[in-house]
Amino acid sequence: MNDTNQIIISARDVHKWYGNFHALKGINMEVNKGEVIVIFGPSGSGKSTFIRTINRLEEHQRGEILVDGIELSHDVRNIEAVRTETGMVFQQFNLFPHLTVMQNITLAPIQVRNWSKKQAEETAMQLLGRVGIPDQAHKFPGQLSGGQQQRVAIARALAMQPKIMLFDEPTSALDPEMIKEVLDVMVELAQSGMTMLVVTHEMGFARAVADRMFFFDQGQIVEGGKPDDVFNNPKEDRTKLFLSQILSH
Amino acid sequence: MQNPQTVLPPITERSGILRWLRHNLFNTWSDAILTVIAASLIYWLTKNLLTWAVTTAEWDVVVANLRLFMIGQFPLEQAGRLWVALAFLVFLTGNSLAIWDRKSYIAAFLILGLPVFLIFLPFAPQTRIWLGVMAAAGILGWGLGYTAPQSVKRSVAIGWLIALPVFILLTRGFTPAVADVPNTPITIVPTNLWGGLLLTFLLTVVANIFSFPLGLLLALGRRSELPIIRWFSVGYIELVRGVPLITILFMAQLMLPLFLPNGQDIDRVLRAMVGMTLFSAAYLAENVRGGLQAIPKGQFEAAHALGLSSAKTMYFIILPQALRLIIPILVGQFISMFKDTALVAIVGLFDLLGIARTVLSQPEFIGLHREVYAFVSLFYWGLSYVMSYISQRLETSLGLGTR
Ligand SMILES: Nc1ncnc2c1ncn2[C@@H]1O[C@H](COP(=O)(O)OP(=O)(O)OP(=O)(O)O)[C@@H](O)[C@H]1O
Ligand SMILES: [Mg+2]
Repeated sequence: MNDTNQIIISARDVHKWYGNFHALKGINMEVNKGEVIVIFGPSGSGKSTFIRTINRLEEHQRGEILVDGIELSHDVRNIEAVRTETGMVFQQFNLFPHLTVMQNITLAPIQVRNWSKKQAEETAMQLLGRVGIPDQAHKFPGQLSGGQQQRVAIARALAMQPKIMLFDEPTSALDPEMIKEVLDVMVELAQSGMTMLVVTHEMGFARAVADRMFFFDQGQIVEGGKPDDVFNNPKEDRTKLFLSQILSH
Repeated sequence: MQNPQTVLPPITERSGILRWLRHNLFNTWSDAILTVIAASLIYWLTKNLLTWAVTTAEWDVVVANLRLFMIGQFPLEQAGRLWVALAFLVFLTGNSLAIWDRKSYIAAFLILGLPVFLIFLPFAPQTRIWLGVMAAAGILGWGLGYTAPQSVKRSVAIGWLIALPVFILLTRGFTPAVADVPNTPITIVPTNLWGGLLLTFLLTVVANIFSFPLGLLLALGRRSELPIIRWFSVGYIELVRGVPLITILFMAQLMLPLFLPNGQDIDRVLRAMVGMTLFSAAYLAENVRGGLQAIPKGQFEAAHALGLSSAKTMYFIILPQALRLIIPILVGQFISMFKDTALVAIVGLFDLLGIARTVLSQPEFIGLHREVYAFVSLFYWGLSYVMSYISQRLETSLGLGTR
C-alpha cells in the first residue's frame, strides 16, 4: 500500500435503483492510490453494478463518487475525463471483432489521447509483450483463444495509461487452463503499483495481491478488511458461510 | 485429427444420375406423383411460351425501338457521351473485379465477353464500334487491376466516388444550346429527353446513394437522446412507411412546388428522384436500426469505458459492424428500388416502362403488348439477377455469415 495514502476513489453513500429494485443500498468505499481491492459476494449482490458506477457505465441516483478528484455527475466532460483515467476489463472481453488486435489497442489512444499512430503502435507492441502475446498483433479477436482475448482486453485498457483499472470477473468466462495466464498478468500489474478494483472469486489472487477485500451481499458491503482478517476471522456469519462455500471446491 | 475432406461419403450418397433422380424426385410414391405433376406443368407452360415466342410473336417492335428502350428520346448526336460514360463504368468494374475478386472468372467474362458477344449481333456499325470500345475499356481496366492491384486501388476508389457525378455530367452536358450554335458534343440535353434504361438506371442509383446518408441520420436520430430529434425521426419514418410509393411520387410532382419560391420550377425527373430518395430513406433507416440493435451492449460499454465519445463509438465501433451485418438487406433494398422506379411511368416519366407505353401507342406497333411487356420484364429480371449475383459474390468475399 502507498504510504502517502492519497485517496483516488471515494464513494459515499452510493444508491442505485433499477426501477423499484434497490440494487445498491448506500455503499461507502475509499481507495488509496496503488491499492488492490477485491470485491466478492453472491450473484446478484451488486458487485458489477458498483464497479460500473465508478466509470459511469451505470448511473447512481444518490450519494457521491469522486474519481481522481473528479465528481461523477451528469456533466459529460467529467464522465469522459473519468473514463479516460480508468480502464475496464469485462467478463466477456468485449473486444471489437471487426478490428485487429493492434487496432483494438490503438484506437482509443489515437482518438481520445490524440497520439500519433506510430506512438500508439509502439506502445501497443510493448503492452502485447507485457501480456505475453507479442506475435498476435495482426490477428482478429475471433482467431484468438479466450485467454488471449482477455489479455488483449487488458492491453487495450492499459494502452490509455489509466490510473485505475476495473476488472469485472475477468476470468469467469475462461476455461480453467486459461485462467492462470490472465491472473499472472493481473498479479504482475498489481505488483507494478496499479490501483485495481477487482470483482473476482479467485481467492488465490486475493490472498496474493489484495490490500483489502470487501464482501457484498444484497446491495451492501457486509464487511471489509485485510485479506488475512477476512479469510481467517470473518466477523459476519454471512461472510463465513459464503467463504466456506467458495473455498470448499 | 483427421482431415474431414478425406473422408468419403457413404456409397449410397455418391453421385450417379439415376441415383440422384431416385433420391430427389422419386423417393416415395407421393414424391413421384408431385414430380410428374410439376414436370407436366412446366412442360405445358414452356411449350406454350416458346411456341408463342418463336412463331406468333413479332419481335420487330423490340428491335426497331431498341434505342428508345435504352435511352429514350436522348438525341442521337449526343449519344456518344453516354457511351463514354458507360465505358468509364465498365472500366471501373473491370478494374475492381481484378483487384477485389480475382477468382471471379464468370463476372469478368460477363464484363468482357458480353460486349464482344453483342458486337456480333446485327446492330448498326456505329453501335458495334462503341461496343468494341466497351470491351476494350473492360479489358484495359481488368488488365490494369490484375497487373498492379496495390498501386491502382486508391485511384479506383476515387473513380467510383466520382462515377455518378461524371455520369450525370456527361448525360446532361455543359453548354446550353444557342440558336446559331446547334448541337455540339457538349450541348445540354434537358431531362425530359432522358428515358428508357438510362433514366431507370439514374433514378435507381441517385435514390439509393442519397437515401443512404439520410437513412443513416434518421436511424441515428431515432436513438437520439434529444426528444425533438427522436420524435421527428420516428414521425418521418412511420409516416413515409405508411404511404405507398406511388402517392409519394404524385406528391413530389404536385406538392414539391408549394415549398419553393414563387415561379421556381424544378425539373420533373429531379422531383421523382427526390420522392424516391425520401421514400427509400425511411426503409433504409429501419434496416440500419435493425443492424444497430443486433450489436451487443458490451460493444458500447467497452468503447465508452475507453473514453470514446458517443459519436466516435458510433463511427468506429458500432456502425462498421452494423452496416456489415445488413449488407444483404441493403442489396435487397437496392434491387427492389430498381424495380420500383417503374412507378415513375405512372406520373408521366419515360423510364423503361414509360417507354414501353410510348412504343405501344405508336400506330404501327399497336396491339403488341405481349412482346413489349415480355421484353421489359425480361430486362428487369436479367438486371436484378445480375445485381443479386454480384451481391452474393460480395457477401462471400467479405466473409459474411462465416464468422
Ligand atoms: N439493467 C438492469 N435492469 C434491472 N435489474 C438489473 C440490471 N442490472 C442488474 N440488475 C439487478 O441488480 C442486481 C445486482 O446485479 P449485479 O450485476 O450488480 O450483480 P453481481 O453481484 O455482479 O452478480 P453476478 O455475480 O451474477 O455478476 C441483480 O439482482 C440484478 O438482477
Ligand atoms: Mg456481475
